[in-house]
Amino acid sequence: MTSPMADLLSILPQQLVFGLALGTVYGLIALGYTMVYGVLLMINFAHGEVFMIGAYIGWAVLAFLLNHAVGGLHPIWVLPVLLLPAMVICGVLGMTIERFAYRPLYLRGGSRLAPLISAFGASIFLQNAVMLTQGARMKVYMTNTLFPRTWRFDIFGVNVSVLLLVMIAVSMSLTWGLILLVQKTTLGRSIRAVSEDREMASVMGVSVGQVVGLTFFLGSALGGAAGVLVGLYYTQIDFVMGYSAGLKAFTAAVLGGIGNIKGAMVGGLLLGIIESVAVTFINPAFKDVVAFAVLILVLMFRPEGIFGETLSDRKKV
Amino acid sequence: MPDTIREALRRNWYWFLLAGGLIAPLLAPNDYVIGVLARICLYSMLALGLNIVVGFAGLLDIGYVAFFGIGSYVYAFLASPHFGLHLPFVPVMVIVTLSAAIAGILIGAPTLRLHGDYLAIVTLGFGEITYLCLVNLDRPINITGGPSGLIRIDPPQFFGHVVDSNIEYYYMFLLTLGCMLFASIRLRDSRIGWAWRAIREDELAAASMGVNTTVSKLQAFALGATFAGFAGGLLASWQKSVFPDNFLFQESINVLAMVILGGMGSVLGVILGATIIVALPEVFRDLSVYRLLAFGALMMVVMIVRPQGLLPEGFATPRKKAEEQPPAPATASAAKGASKP
Repeated sequence: MTSPMADLLSILPQQLVFGLALGTVYGLIALGYTMVYGVLLMINFAHGEVFMIGAYIGWAVLAFLLNHAVGGLHPIWVLPVLLLPAMVICGVLGMTIERFAYRPLYLRGGSRLAPLISAFGASIFLQNAVMLTQGARMKVYMTNTLFPRTWRFDIFGVNVSVLLLVMIAVSMSLTWGLILLVQKTTLGRSIRAVSEDREMASVMGVSVGQVVGLTFFLGSALGGAAGVLVGLYYTQIDFVMGYSAGLKAFTAAVLGGIGNIKGAMVGGLLLGIIESVAVTFINPAFKDVVAFAVLILVLMFRPEGIFGETLSDRKKV
Repeated sequence: MPDTIREALRRNWYWFLLAGGLIAPLLAPNDYVIGVLARICLYSMLALGLNIVVGFAGLLDIGYVAFFGIGSYVYAFLASPHFGLHLPFVPVMVIVTLSAAIAGILIGAPTLRLHGDYLAIVTLGFGEITYLCLVNLDRPINITGGPSGLIRIDPPQFFGHVVDSNIEYYYMFLLTLGCMLFASIRLRDSRIGWAWRAIREDELAAASMGVNTTVSKLQAFALGATFAGFAGGLLASWQKSVFPDNFLFQESINVLAMVILGGMGSVLGVILGATIIVALPEVFRDLSVYRLLAFGALMMVVMIVRPQGLLPEGFATPRKKAEEQPPAPATASAAKGASKP
């Protein structure tokens, strides 16, 4: 009876590599949740849809490049060409959502339920807008033209493709860039000031509206980049992909401590690893059950996450 | 004169509603419309149940449809060839209601410490887990029938009479809805209802005024789940089949939208919300592809323009009570003045 166990253990390293790569992408999406929660104390439920739209933009650009037979698609220049439009358009989209769906609500104050419901509305709206314009059938990323199947190597029997490494590298460097921005620049300082105390920041001359808009821009841009990476990785995208990816990323944000930027990335990695272990040892159909169970357990027993500070009562309500 | 009419409407709206409900199928042009009316009743039950949790107690539950699903599947387990059980209707509904209530307490208990957004996320997680279990629990032992669901469910039977036409189902649902409406109003005006609203407004203050917040919240979860479970049992008996896709996250949001659109905490409002959200897509059938798009936009617009809903809480309270309120501060200040010296 040892052989099934040995079999499972032998595929575990491979699954862990997949989990790690997906985990960095979860982390990238989670940054959007965590930053918005940091400044506004609200969950931006439409963020998963921004991620989905990022994937569609990457798909459209890639299809355009292929159709116009731009000779010799090399990832070194194609990848930035895919990522940049997705990031910019998604960033602007995020700012638009904030402007129309959330700002009238948080300026008025009052119920915490209202922005959440408005976010659901925005999410349903975006999903259906994409479905109506792009069709309900899934789109296929031509990943092979960019990263041929042969671009992979063996490390101790673990199969690592170049694409996986690229995913990890892009996610990590974007996260690092965000951390630098928040820690070292004036803009970052105003973001930190607003998340510390919105009213006091505005008294000290920080334009709260602009900072909130900027936060949405940054978070949504990272979400858009994640969309392109996930599209390249799974090669198939559809208009509902934002829902489960958004929930996973939210889990990652909570796991790491919502409001904490480093925590989001660590949470993403952790969730990726947990999922790959679950796929290996439990029925793969229950992968999502494990992810949700982790979310519930963390919220119940350590709602502040791994790195999060204990939320003050003002923030908890 | 219009004032007296409005007064009469305000005071006796439930009788008008009941009368309208009773004659509605007689005016319906065909059986399909009667089916839609029955669905309005079914969703009104869900909206009333969620209104207890979200509207009265202020606990945002976005996985509510899980209880609806549990009710349906328990009914299907006990009255279909799947396990070879064919229990009579009434005992089945008793078991369905009890199991939904127990599920409500089981899901409610661990979430008591959570507030607002976090509570919403945990309920969403439970809702998703319930759905995933319904889809995946067909292997290794077939419990839920997997994605293809359970079929050939027994219809309700009363004294040898099998309920089989839409109009019979409609009147059965209307009767149930009437009972739930009555229960909702009585609960709202009871000590429990006041405790719920106190928790909704300020949990700390409620607790310090002697409200047992733990028990009150569990009561809200259990009663909300009971309504949904009962409605789930009725759905299973009406459809004669249940599928996991009847209980998607989308349905939870649908029911929530009924409550929000009608007015959280307003019993009449949520029924209006359920009617609008079920009937609107039927009216605009040709535009059905744009239905969800409009629905999402509507949720945002309502939150921005009219966050209290179409018929907000307190709309249907008799004018008399509203008139009594102005003197209240005067008496309070008089009491203060009296206590001063």
